[in-house]
Amino acid sequence: MAARKHATAEEMAMAQKEISVSEFFAKNRHLLGFDNPRKALLTTIKEAVDNSLDACEEAGILPEILVEIDQLEEDRFRVVVQDNGPGIVKAQIPNIFGKLLYGSKFHSRRQSRGQQGIGISAAGLYGQMTTGKGPRIESRVKRGKAHRYEIQMDFTKNKPLITQDEELDDWHQSHGTRFEVTLEASYQRGLRSVDDYIKQTAVSNPHTSIRYKPPGEEEPRFYERAIRDVPDRAAEIKPHPYGVELGELMKMLRDTSSRWLSGFLQEEFCRIGPKVAKEIIATAKLGERSYPTRIARDEADRLYRAIQKTKISAPPTTCLSPIGEDRIREGLMKECDADFYSVSTRPPSVYRGNPFQIEVGIAWGKPGDDRLEVDDKGRIHKTKKKRGATDTEDLLGNADEPVRVLRFANRVPLLFQQSSCCFTKSVIQTSWKNYGMSQSRGAMPVGSAVIFIHMASVWVPFTSEAKEAIAPYPEILKEVRLALQEAGRKLGVHIRKGKRVTNEFQKRSYIEKYLPHVGIGLQEILGLDDEDREETVERLRESMETTRKI
Amino acid sequence: MAARKPTDKTSAAKAPAPRRAPRQRSVGAHVPETSKDLKQVALDSIREVALRVHQTANAGGLPQIQMPQRNLANVKFDKKIGYFEMAGNLKTRTLDVNSVKTFAQTLRLMALAKEMVADEDFATKREAYYVSKNWGDAKFGEQRESDTVLDDIEGMFSIHDVTREELRFVPEEHGGSVVGALTVIDRDPETHEPIRSDCAAMGSGAYTIPSTVDHLGFETSAEFVLVIETGGMFQRLNHHRYWRTANCILVEMGGVPTRATRRFVRRIAEGLKLPVYAFVDCDPYGICNIYRTLKVGSGSSAHVNRLFCVPTATFMGVTPQDIIDFGLDDATHPLLQVDVKRAKDALKNDPFFQAQPRWKSAIKQMLKMGVRAEQQAFAKWGLNFVIEEYLPKKLRETKSFLP
Repeated sequence: MAARKHATAEEMAMAQKEISVSEFFAKNRHLLGFDNPRKALLTTIKEAVDNSLDACEEAGILPEILVEIDQLEEDRFRVVVQDNGPGIVKAQIPNIFGKLLYGSKFHSRRQSRGQQGIGISAAGLYGQMTTGKGPRIESRVKRGKAHRYEIQMDFTKNKPLITQDEELDDWHQSHGTRFEVTLEASYQRGLRSVDDYIKQTAVSNPHTSIRYKPPGEEEPRFYERAIRDVPDRAAEIKPHPYGVELGELMKMLRDTSSRWLSGFLQEEFCRIGPKVAKEIIATAKLGERSYPTRIARDEADRLYRAIQKTKISAPPTTCLSPIGEDRIREGLMKECDADFYSVSTRPPSVYRGNPFQIEVGIAWGKPGDDRLEVDDKGRIHKTKKKRGATDTEDLLGNADEPVRVLRFANRVPLLFQQSSCCFTKSVIQTSWKNYGMSQSRGAMPVGSAVIFIHMASVWVPFTSEAKEAIAPYPEILKEVRLALQEAGRKLGVHIRKGKRVTNEFQKRSYIEKYLPHVGIGLQEILGLDDEDREETVERLRESMETTRKI
Repeated sequence: MAARKPTDKTSAAKAPAPRRAPRQRSVGAHVPETSKDLKQVALDSIREVALRVHQTANAGGLPQIQMPQRNLANVKFDKKIGYFEMAGNLKTRTLDVNSVKTFAQTLRLMALAKEMVADEDFATKREAYYVSKNWGDAKFGEQRESDTVLDDIEGMFSIHDVTREELRFVPEEHGGSVVGALTVIDRDPETHEPIRSDCAAMGSGAYTIPSTVDHLGFETSAEFVLVIETGGMFQRLNHHRYWRTANCILVEMGGVPTRATRRFVRRIAEGLKLPVYAFVDCDPYGICNIYRTLKVGSGSSAHVNRLFCVPTATFMGVTPQDIIDFGLDDATHPLLQVDVKRAKDALKNDPFFQAQPRWKSAIKQMLKMGVRAEQQAFAKWGLNFVIEEYLPKKLRETKSFLP
């Protein structure tokens, strides 16, 4: 049998060529969250809304978002996401929406929703690949004219082709952007649906008003804002020394314009002053006046180790924009009608030199259950629960179901891969029995509760580009646990009080049940009339209830 | 035959003279002519308790009811008084969430009592339990619950000197059996006509003590009352007409005497001035439960012992010494663990035995011997040994009976 012909290096070289990002995406779209039609719809909307919110906040505008989904054919949908943001300068529109890995946020150490500059163009690309139609963008900047672009993307060159370019004389908003794409998708309600995403976004962004029109509905649903101020814009920061790896450190040394090592450390990093710089350099046995560009591989290694050994204060937290306890409470109250809310914002902390901050909110209460209220006189009343938002059930489960965990990274809801997420692990590791909830070993707590967990950070360590789960760094796990414990303690006090009231109510029901018989007995013995009997029973009830404490 | 005790002191003079002409004695019903008043006392007491609850309620307070604690720790014994008296510890029940059910049930049972007193009807404990089934939420789940409440009510009213019988709650079980030289004068509940029962004319049967006895009158020519633990011994003595030979009244208790039996014997003993001799098994149960309860009452009915005991009763036998004197040592059984516990408990906690040095040494003797003997053990020497030898010999020395 003839031996199989093997390829030569030259032959192989003929097949070796650059892979465009767009091509890569076309083959690996699951990495960006477009694995199936249902998820594609969600990811598209999510990316567009993230961008809109980032833009509005950066411009200090109270966001007003419109999301529309129309079903064109069985598996074909048109998605419109519109904001009242600052708009996009005409020249940038094709690149932003038509080029992968084009964006403003990748290089900045600033807290924002988007990070890589892939999302929105990937959405456009997906639409184009599944329907042949590229995205249509309309945008208007203040005091400018609105423009409409239709874009086709060149897969191989990762470049946008403009298929339509139109100036619009009359646009319905003074500024803002409207993104429209047609894509192959499927729409479903329930957990991890677009509906779910919109609702959770409304929870984590109580300053945003959202109009959302799902397919098949005439009027948009309105998620009104609860707070009228835009969150503070997070400051941009330099990297913290602890967060820089050796390779990156070497690159920074090579690229710096500083002429002295001491200057380099102080210029390029945050939290390094002359004193700390001196200490690091002494530990590394280097000269303060060494040229950064001339530092060799082993010297850089010494410098790296010296940085790890030196005590450096935590990065500034001005770069973080936590939602804040009040806003989390507002957001939860707005979208999730519960009996009790408990929130807790941790002080900022650091993982790998990246500042982050954890916030937790718990909404607790049984939807649809009657509640017991204690009035000023110490009487307990059973009141029918007021019904809140029509789709409350979406968030709060029944008392015998596991609690629902709502995960957010920089205010963006994370809907997928719950079980591999650091937040979920922390919830499971927390001992909820201490706070009055039941929990089996190694499982979620059980109860009618929603646990809201938010991580604000300049760089959120997602486990994948689809931004679905957060990597379990020990520092993050710990902070989440501490925040859960804080909120849990407050909740525990409430639950225990609730149990006391329930208990007391049962006891008083007992009184209600038997006290009339005391009346009957007295009536039969003393020959009282009915009125006298009723009065005696009422007196006894008052005496018994006022002597009971709750 | 076993050795006999020297009997040279007063025994000759005290020897019974059965052929002496019978002396007729009689006693009427306990308080038949004042039964109207008794009824009124019961009604007034019920009303008084209810009225206090009503007044407290309308004054904005939490009503309380008081009753004596019913246990051995709340009794004291004084030989001069002769029965267990209540030490006076009261239990107060205040209306609150934990007591509201019992409170309601107590008042409703009191209402039932009021109705029964007024109508001269009665209810057994079981019937009272069934009456509650018509009370809706306040009904009793089990008879045990209603019995407890009834006991509480009895305790409450004992403070007012009103008995359970006067509240018209009667026990399920009837009293013991009676034969001998006694005529019981009862009355027809419907016609109120007197009915005379001659306990000497019961053939091979016996007169049965009813559950309430205070309305009975008695006539007798007997010399003493012999109270017997077991039905077997009672039958033997009745069959051989021992009551005729010894001119006595025989009462069968059948274990621990019921309240009616105790009251019956007490009324005969007191009203007819007859001595009462107890004849029970020689074991801790016979002594510490049956005899003790007959003579001084029990801890759990401390509030009514005054009426339901026979302080003049004495213990004829079988004593531990009798086992030796009458050669019964090979007709005994070893004491069981529960017997030993009961005996030791009596020595340690029972105020009656603690006040009686002779009893203490008798019980200690029994514990030391480690055996018990039944009344019927005398059959070892012949079926009628007990009639021919034991009883006459013992009855010659009634002074030596244990107190």
